[in-house]
This record gives sequence, structure tokens and C-alpha cells, in this order.
Amino acid sequence: MSQAAATSTVSTDPSRRARLAEFWYYFSENRGAVIGLVFFLFLVLLAVFAPWIAPHDPVAQYRDAVLVPPVWQEGGRAGFLLGTDAVGRDMLSRLIYGTRFSLFVGVIVTTLSLVGGIALGVIAGYFRGWVDTVIMRVMDIILAFPSLLLALVLVAVLGPGLVNAMIAIALVFQPHFVRLTRAAVMSEKTRDYVVAAKVAGAGHGRLMFKTILPNCMAPLIVQATLSFSSAILDAAALGFLGMGAQPPTPEWGTMLAEAREFISSHWWVVTLPGIAILITVLAINLMGDGLRDALDPKLKRS
Amino acid sequence: MPRQHGAGFKMFRFLLGRLAVLIPTFVGVSIIAFSFIRLLPGDPVALLSGERVMSPERHAEISHALGFDRPIVVQYLDYLWGVLHGDFGTSIVTKKPVIDQFFDLFPATVELSLCAILFAVILGIPAGVIAAIKRGSAVDQAMMGTALVGFSMPIFWWGLLLIMLVSGMLQWTPVSGRISLMYFFPPVTGFMLVDSLLSGQAGAFKSAVSHLILPTIVLGTIPLAVIARQTRSAMLEVLSEDYVRTARAKGLSTFRVVGVHALRNAMIPVVTTIGLQVGVMLAGAILTETIFSWPGIGKWMVDSVSRRDYAVIQGGLLVIAAVIMLVNLIVDLLYGLINPRIRH
Repeated sequence: MSQAAATSTVSTDPSRRARLAEFWYYFSENRGAVIGLVFFLFLVLLAVFAPWIAPHDPVAQYRDAVLVPPVWQEGGRAGFLLGTDAVGRDMLSRLIYGTRFSLFVGVIVTTLSLVGGIALGVIAGYFRGWVDTVIMRVMDIILAFPSLLLALVLVAVLGPGLVNAMIAIALVFQPHFVRLTRAAVMSEKTRDYVVAAKVAGAGHGRLMFKTILPNCMAPLIVQATLSFSSAILDAAALGFLGMGAQPPTPEWGTMLAEAREFISSHWWVVTLPGIAILITVLAINLMGDGLRDALDPKLKRS
Repeated sequence: MPRQHGAGFKMFRFLLGRLAVLIPTFVGVSIIAFSFIRLLPGDPVALLSGERVMSPERHAEISHALGFDRPIVVQYLDYLWGVLHGDFGTSIVTKKPVIDQFFDLFPATVELSLCAILFAVILGIPAGVIAAIKRGSAVDQAMMGTALVGFSMPIFWWGLLLIMLVSGMLQWTPVSGRISLMYFFPPVTGFMLVDSLLSGQAGAFKSAVSHLILPTIVLGTIPLAVIARQTRSAMLEVLSEDYVRTARAKGLSTFRVVGVHALRNAMIPVVTTIGLQVGVMLAGAILTETIFSWPGIGKWMVDSVSRRDYAVIQGGLLVIAAVIMLVNLIVDLLYGLINPRIRH
């Protein structure tokens, strides 16, 4: 017994390390993916250390400094590097705090839809029959609505706010994970190693989540990065429509909604939150492309 | 031995198979729309009638008129029966039937979506083909880099940015609406481009076009990026196949190899992608129409949510889902026509 355990550690550990090395080899070949990863890590640091990095309180209103332009423009002040908004709040501080909300939205939405989607997808693909039919029909129903419309209406039912927006977005994203997991499980289910595990006496739970699932992860990881960035976009869109985070929360979409009326007069209040959303989503999508190249052998070298 | 059937029969069976999935989905969608109003916090009778303060008698009267005093199953079947006969409820704010409002506003959304998808296809397919042919070159990298930026674009901000630059600073295009207020003519087709031509008024068509440019770019940006990326990878796959190599070996020109042999097969996945953009378009229309005050169904739904016109939200949700399901069915059927392999 102990010998078997020892051999297994000896034999699996190098292979796992080799696999990781191979993964990093393909991932790092994609220069964009590495840039995306570095920028993403930078955003994580900004989010974690926001209270120490941000020069001002993101909701503090400086009444003597309303709509101050960025420092390099005429009338800019050194105390407000990227200027201030209509009620005199420091743009830079609000943008830095905004990373917290966006990354939080990404993490929570992806986790919720990934966990729920995997559970339902594995069950549907493994058991088939009426369970499968019921689960997939419910997913078809969710997919019949435009995602943002369904999220908007769900938020109208649940009440506007960031938490409800996240729940709504997670629910809308879930079917994609269910479909992917189900397809992967169905193609793995009849493979020899699964049959062998079954013959060896493995139960349903073990077969589903320990034997089959780890071999279905590659497309799910790629989809997870994609939904991470989509979640940030959709949460910002809901914030922009007034249904996400509520003022004075320094969420980027909400900031844009507040800035709309200054579109022709004060460019920085409109431009900066949008750039923050764009480069964050871009960094994550660059990473996603790299992950897909590294994890999907079919697309490797194409 | 399986019996041989004609293509027509196969198509019919394919259609039946799709309908077998669509009908339960539609029932499910209708259950969601039906329960929506009952899940909201507050009294559904008050929400649907729009009357906040009512005497108990008035409440009972409306409750009876709306059918709330009957068992829930009967209420649902009644609702479904009404829906199948075109009764999607009545707006609390305008007191007009939801379905009439929908058909008033739908052409505006269709016009914008068609222009946006056309914009995306006309630019996206050539870009993807060129990137695939010049794979790895600076042109390829620039195009795919741009496509990734487009794919990552928060389109509500993109719209504001374009308004700020093109309408504000350059003053090239109007900021909002479908046509300048100085033109007025009765809607014939509901499509402003067609109606403005039919009206015969000088400058009307030009005004309609100038109002359409920015919304088209904004709504078309994400589909453009998706189509360009998809075309590139489909082309790369096809270009490495044997028959393309054979065509090359025969000495055919690159133009002929790409244009005749490769493109036709590469288009199959691209057409699917274009079909999948219908739902994406409607989601994008919600934001685009809000930014440009475009009087379509996207803006209608956002306004209804902020006005708490729950009857419109309930009805609109169902009509929009039904339209998407119908369009997807048509796309599936067309897809079956161009790609006979999936009919088996």
C-alpha cells in the first residue's frame, strides 16, 4: 500500500511538473498573453493595496476642486493627477478603487457560473435520459433571451445593486458552462479509463467528479477566462444603465453613467473609466487567447 | 438497410426535430414571463394596473378583470392562450397593447441591426482572409490586435467616445434619433432609409444615413471583431487541407485558390457565427439604442425598466425571446441548406 503510494507520487509528480512546464512553454510563446498576465497581476495588486496606493478617499468630495482637469492640462493640479469629477472626487483614486469592484465581479460571477455549470453539466452528460433533457431544456430557456436583457430584468426583480447584478450575470452565463461540460463528459464517458474505473468499482460520484471531470477542464478554463472578462463588461453595462452598483460606489460603469452629461465639456470624466474597463478586459482576453493556445491541442501551432 | 429519403423529407424531419425542442422552450419562456410579475415584491394587481391607491372594491374589480382570483394554473393557461392570440398585455404608462408598441419600434431595431451586421461582414470577412493569407506578418498582427481590442470594447463607452469625437468635436454626425426633426413623413415600411427615399423630400435620405452611421459602428464593433477572428481561423484550417495544396500545385493563382476553393468552405463556420450574432445584436441594441436615443426595442425595454412598466417588461421579454427563437430556427434551416452534412 505504502509502496504503491510512493510510486504514484514519484510517477505523477514529474509528469505534472512536466505538464506545467509544457503549458508555460506554449503560454509564454504568446507575447500578448504574457503582457496580459503581467497587466492582470498589476491590477490585482492595485485592487488589494488600493487603500495604500490611492492618494484620496474615493468618495471624498473636494468642493473647491470640482471638475479639475488632469495635471498635464491647463488648470490641472498636482494633487489630482487625473483630475476630479463633477462633485470634486479624485478620478485616480476612484479608478484604483474601481479595480476592486471589477475583479470582484469577475471572480464571483465566474466562480458561481463555473461551479453551478459544472455540477449540472456533469450530471446531464453522465446520467443522460430525462435528467439530461430537463437540465438542457432549462438551459435552452435561459439562452432564448438576450443575456443583457435577462440580466436587466432579473435586476429589476431583485432590485438594483452590485450583488444582484452579479447573481443575474452568473445565472445568464451558466448555460455555456453546462453545455461545454456536458459535451466533454459525453465524449470522455465511453473511454477505456472510465470503463476501467467503473469495473474497478468506482461509484457514480467518484466517476463523475474524480475520474471524468479533470479530463474535461481545458475548454472550461478557456470559457472561464472569457466569462471573467464578459462579467466585467456586463456588470459595467448594468452600472451604466443604473441597475448595477449604485452611486457613489466607484464602479467604472456607474462612473460613466454619472459622467454622461459632461461628454462635450470635460473629456476626462467620460474617457478615463472607459479606458480602465477596456484595458482590463483586453488584458484578460489576451490571457484567454494564450490559455486557449496552450490548453487546446487542436489549435496549438495554428 | 435504411430507407433512402429525398432531400425534402430530410429537411422536413430536421424541421420537426427543431420544433420538438423549440415548443417546450417557448412554453418555458412563457412560464418565466408569467411568473416574473408574480415574483416582484409588491402586489401584482397594483403593478399590472398601475394604480397605486385603490379601494378594496376597485382592487377586487381589477383583480377579477386580470384573472388573479382564479387558480394559478388557470391563470397561466389563460395567459398562454392570450399570448397565442397576440395578447401580450397592455402598457401601464401608454395604455397601448404591448404587441402594437413592439411592432412600432421593432423596424428601427431591425434596420440598425441589419446595418451593423452588414458593416461587420463587409469589413470582417476580408480582414480575416487577408490576415490568414499573410499569417504572422505585421498586417496579421495589427488586424488581430485591433480585433481583440474591438472584442474587448465596452460598447456603451465606445458610443460615448464616438459622440464626443465625431459629433462633438468634428460635428460630422448628429447625436441622437433616427432623422432630423425637419423631415416628417408617415412610416410606410418602418425602415427610415426606405421611407426617406419614398418620401421624395430632398435631404431626408442623407439625414437618415447620417443618423445611422455612429450607431451602426457601435453595434457592429463586437460582431466585426468576432467575424474577423473566426474567418481567420477558419481560413487557416482550410488553407492547410490537401485540396487547397492540390489547387496550389496545379499552379492556380493565389486569388483563385483563396477566392474559389478555400473561401467557400471556410464560410461554413463563419455563417454559423453570423447567425449566433442575432442574440448578441439584441443585447447590444439595449446599450446602443440607449446611448443614441434610437427609438427601438432595446431603448423601449430600458425605459420600461426604469419607468417600472412591468406589463411592457413582461410582454417585451416574451416577444423578444420568441423573435430570437424564430430567427435562430431560420438560421438553422439555412445552415442545413448550405451544409448538408448536419442534416444526417
